[in-house]
Amino acid sequence: MLHCRESARFLPEVTLGIQAKEFNLGFIRPESVSHADIISTVEFNHSGELLATGDKGGRVVIFQQELESKNQPLCRGEYNVYSTFQSHEPEFDYLKSLEIEEKINKIRWLPQKNAAQFLLSTNDKTIKLWKISERDKRPEGYNLKEEDGRYRDPTTVTTLRVPVFHPMDLMVEASPRRVFANAHTYHINSISVNSDCETYLSADDLRINLWNLEITDRSFNIVDIKPANMEELTEVITAAEFHPNQCNTFVYSSSKGTIRLCDMRASALCDQHSKLFEEPEDPSNRSFFSEIISSISDVKFSHSGRYMMTRDYLTVKIWDLNMESRPVETYQVHEYLRSKLCSLYENDCIFDKFECCWNGNDSVVMTGSYNNFFRMFDRGYRQDVTLEASRESSKPRSVLKPRKVCTGGKRKKDEISVDSLDFNKKILHTAWHPQDNIIAVATTNNLYIFQDRL
Amino acid sequence: MRKRGSRPIYMPVRRRREKANMYSKGTKRKFSDGVDNKAVAASYSLQRQSLLDMSLLKLQLCHMLAEPNLCRSVLIANTVRQIQEEMAHDGSWQVVTEALGGSGHGPSDRLVDTEVLCQSSEQQDGGPRLYSVMGYDGCREEEVVTDKALCSVVVGDRAPALLLGTIGHCWDRGELRVEDGVSKDSGTGEEEGTKSGEGAKMATGQVFGTFEIKNGAPGSDPALEELFSDVDASYYDLDTMLTGMQSAPKMGPYDFLDSLASSHGSVSNSSCRADLNELDHIMEIIVGS
Repeated sequence: MLHCRESARFLPEVTLGIQAKEFNLGFIRPESVSHADIISTVEFNHSGELLATGDKGGRVVIFQQELESKNQPLCRGEYNVYSTFQSHEPEFDYLKSLEIEEKINKIRWLPQKNAAQFLLSTNDKTIKLWKISERDKRPEGYNLKEEDGRYRDPTTVTTLRVPVFHPMDLMVEASPRRVFANAHTYHINSISVNSDCETYLSADDLRINLWNLEITDRSFNIVDIKPANMEELTEVITAAEFHPNQCNTFVYSSSKGTIRLCDMRASALCDQHSKLFEEPEDPSNRSFFSEIISSISDVKFSHSGRYMMTRDYLTVKIWDLNMESRPVETYQVHEYLRSKLCSLYENDCIFDKFECCWNGNDSVVMTGSYNNFFRMFDRGYRQDVTLEASRESSKPRSVLKPRKVCTGGKRKKDEISVDSLDFNKKILHTAWHPQDNIIAVATTNNLYIFQDRL
Repeated sequence: MRKRGSRPIYMPVRRRREKANMYSKGTKRKFSDGVDNKAVAASYSLQRQSLLDMSLLKLQLCHMLAEPNLCRSVLIANTVRQIQEEMAHDGSWQVVTEALGGSGHGPSDRLVDTEVLCQSSEQQDGGPRLYSVMGYDGCREEEVVTDKALCSVVVGDRAPALLLGTIGHCWDRGELRVEDGVSKDSGTGEEEGTKSGEGAKMATGQVFGTFEIKNGAPGSDPALEELFSDVDASYYDLDTMLTGMQSAPKMGPYDFLDSLASSHGSVSNSSCRADLNELDHIMEIIVGS
């Protein structure tokens, strides 16, 4: 992949947390659009210095933020490629005669404890713990080895010296430290590291397992919704996450639009939920597609741990963990699609799984849409904006212009009508820097990084 | 049964055209009090039928994929159940059964006997007859297999059962295209297709592929027995269907339909059988009996 960096200024008309500031746009241009380059997950680490992306070819690419340069004191550092490695390879399940895709479904960073960085990456069946470490020194002056590694004849050694470290070009190494395999019959859709930094959970369509990061040959099943008779299966698990502060609490969402909060202290098998979050259905909107569009594609706790956000096909909902009956806030992402549900069902777009994310102080939430649009909702000011991630609309050092979809009637200039939307250009994966106003937005093959100017 | 050559109940080509017009406006329509109440109702049920067909087709297609997405399959199947429930409640089922029951059936008809449709086993009169669940598994053990039917009749209290048999007969059997090599296997009245119905063929396969044949069902039709004498009665597991497991021993009873799928010929079933025989032979040698 070639790496280019251009700048764009974002000047929204609405007052958001990212208000009226200049954004530096960085985006990575692939040399050719290939299937394997489709980005399948995006995740900042806990400091925000590193940004990891996974793609359909099983590769992980990590970007690192440059230190703030003296030339541009008002700009934060930009992101460069830091490390690239092949995390997963395609496998063949001989028992079922099926290929296991190498596509990276999720990446989650571990909190940093020493100089090295650790992340978990998973495909459909196997989770791997990767250690990413830097090497910028090389030992030289061994007594028994030549510089090229060949062993010297001990009889030729006449004097002894102490090897010393000499600086070398920075080398970033990624090595797999653990492989957590053979615990999932169905496809893994989520992984989540516990706040205790010792355990993590992995969730597939019907089960959730609890792992210890040190132990790879054993995992504990904590949720199992597989019915005895598979004929009766009507609901699957779609996402799961640990609470950011309480190490005993996790939530999982389902294809029926419910979220269950479980407490691991209550019992070993958390089939009985502690709380069930479900919004009663609106009878006026009832259709054959009601269940499909209520299926939750992503669930994320707020950084504070007080709220959680869920994404279903048309909306983003914010829930207060203390209230199970209904969400406290609901934001319409693309309500204009409600009348198109049958077409979207026909072309399978209705099954697209959009993700969502919080900003650092939980005041703004973001999610993707079609036509390379993504949406931000400011919870405090009750305002929202639609932006587009595309090369054409983002010239260097230009303003990111808010977009608008025309839902009916006369189309104004610069508006896009619903029928002109490109449903092949979807933004499923977005990420927000944990502290600053830097966002990463993945279109099918490109990664866009937007920043605001300090 | 429907007469051969009579007008099919389902016409996929026309429906697609109608679909494009209807769906841009909305999804489910409410019955209005207007003058053209009947027209609205008719178009709504056409729309609903079309949605049902589309869903079945999707399920069939994803059944053929290497590893279908379980979430998607579950959601589509739930949609099918929903449609079927509604059809059962507002009497569309009655219309369909009448249409089916009205036409005669030839001796080669093996799929569903009209007797089944008229039978009332444990169900109360007036209740809609529901066939076994399509879904993820074969028929459940507690379901009753009637004499002449291939499908099971569900006991009345099991609500979300699907119109499997009905769905099967909505398809014009003339739309079934069976390859020469296997047509001898199935006296089930497949005709050389008058219609393309590629989708029809596959959906039918999907529908029928989940039937289960129970060996030793009381009073089984001898012709049936002969037809399925070489078929393995192992049921079609959910995991098999939804996770795309295609290993030979798990093949459904309608192996001729399996052969419609390009990637799996009837060869795999017979080769598996040959392997098993060989295995037995080898075991005998080893054991020394």
